[in-house]
Amino acid sequence: MSYDITEYKNTIKDTKKWLADGLSRSTGKKFLMAMTGLFLITFLMVHLFGNLLLLVNDNGISFNEYSKNMSHSKIIRVMEIFLFTGFIFHIGFGATVSIQNRLARKIPYAVIKSSETSSFFSRYMFHTGSLVFIFLLLHLNSFFIPHRVLESGLSMYESALIVFHNPLFVLFYIFAMILLSFHLMHGFQSAFQSLGIHHNKYTPSIKLLGRFFALVVPLVFAVIPVYIYFWK
Amino acid sequence: MKMNIKIWRQAFQTTRGNFQTYILENMDDNMSFLEMLDVLNEKILHEGGDPVSFSHDCREGICGSCGVVINGRVHGPLQGVTTCQIYMRHLKHYKTLVIEPWRARAFPIIKDLVTDRQAFDRILQAGGYISINTGGIPDANATPIGRHIADQAFAAASCIGCGACVAACPNASANLFVSAKISHLAFLPQGQPEKNHRVESMLKAMDKEGFGNCSNTAACEFECPKGITLKNIAKLNREYFEALFRSSLEEHPTHPHHGKGDEVAHAAFHDTHEK
Ligand code: HEM
Ligand code: SF4
Ligand code: FES
Repeated sequence: MSYDITEYKNTIKDTKKWLADGLSRSTGKKFLMAMTGLFLITFLMVHLFGNLLLLVNDNGISFNEYSKNMSHSKIIRVMEIFLFTGFIFHIGFGATVSIQNRLARKIPYAVIKSSETSSFFSRYMFHTGSLVFIFLLLHLNSFFIPHRVLESGLSMYESALIVFHNPLFVLFYIFAMILLSFHLMHGFQSAFQSLGIHHNKYTPSIKLLGRFFALVVPLVFAVIPVYIYFWK
Repeated sequence: MKMNIKIWRQAFQTTRGNFQTYILENMDDNMSFLEMLDVLNEKILHEGGDPVSFSHDCREGICGSCGVVINGRVHGPLQGVTTCQIYMRHLKHYKTLVIEPWRARAFPIIKDLVTDRQAFDRILQAGGYISINTGGIPDANATPIGRHIADQAFAAASCIGCGACVAACPNASANLFVSAKISHLAFLPQGQPEKNHRVESMLKAMDKEGFGNCSNTAACEFECPKGITLKNIAKLNREYFEALFRSSLEEHPTHPHHGKGDEVAHAAFHDTHEK
């Protein structure tokens, strides 16, 4: 059997059509949002363990060691590409579904009692997500860009000290973590529902775990800059 | 009982609507909400006005025709009931009732409180059926079905297509309705042969109507008069992911250029699939 270039092209075309059709349905979009959301959640955990090294009382030696290892590791480099793609998909689809949802009801109700029928967190996913996005840009600007792109001479630890001695940034950091907590209060369990994982046996545990995660992870993130601001 | 009744009035689909306020006195507590509208319409007719249009049929919570939003709550302030099952005694703590139609782009207003819910019919036509003749009554033990599976199928089948889920959803999503229709057939053996095709075409039809996406807010579950749950939406999602990998090629024709030089098949493909 011989293969020429058009056949390869057509195979790619067929696959693209299949994926594009399948994932452009509302259920497909939510599938991607949930997968990327859960991926971002695992990223948060890895990131948090790294940050905890800032609390070690050794003038940043272990933290610098860690961040150096991270930036030299090939696996991490590859994961970074996944991470950026994940963010782009999550944000892109998040914006798309939010716009479509807004357009689906052009004339709003005169009396709105949605607080009686659904949770606050579930209705403001776009708002909390967007503010987390703004935070993300600032965050990349203060850590990722100077170290990875511009290769400034400072160590990661020194950067962290400088950034977290700026009271405005510390306040914004805390604010962003509150919003991340809101985002996850709904997002964590919602991702499982979007993937079709729902059963009386384990859904209550997923919901509990989600609330615990949404409370504890952003809290620990937020404690670190506060600690540095006051005690380092 | 005396009340101010503020109602959305709209003459045609294309005209702009607005709220109008009426005052009703001497109402009986035990009058149903729809009877209150009947009394109001008598009054409007006596005064030579245009009576308020609203949908209703069975008036006992089984047909799914009725449905308005009363003071921000779909099918009124109670859970698990339709609008026709609301009585004035449930509403007497309000001074003013604000009555609005279902609001969704996919449910255009025909007049006043009457919305066009044919979008649901078109979704059903896309796959909410099984293509066999029912024939005579089958033997009760010919098709064994586990008790809790049968219960779930029955629970899903109790959806009356009222549209309250769409009306209650902050995104005007139809996922709860579609999931009820999908689960009801997907749980049963009779629904198996067409299950992949069903979920793909019903979701395609749903998206085409301009409903929003599901954000899992669960407002639908809260307001559904028939207790359809989010578990059905999870089932719908699972059915869809399965179909993505298993539906047949006839439903997803591939580009027929794999054999060399088959111009006829190629042209036919473009004719039927890329219009
Ligand atoms: C570390 C950051 C983030 C994490 C861990 C995260 C996690 C999640 C998770 C788990 C979900 C639930 C998915 C589902 O319902 O299936 C979700 C939903 C959502 N996310 Fe994020 N997210 C993050 C950042 C963002 C950002 C930056 C945006 C920007 C706009 C965003 C926008 C949204 C929106 C709009 C939804 C709701 C989609 C819907 O249900 O309609 N998220 N997120
Ligand atoms: S799922 Fe419930 S609210 Fe939605 S159409 Fe069916 S009965 Fe009405
Ligand atoms: S009129 Fe039939 S359900 Fe209300």
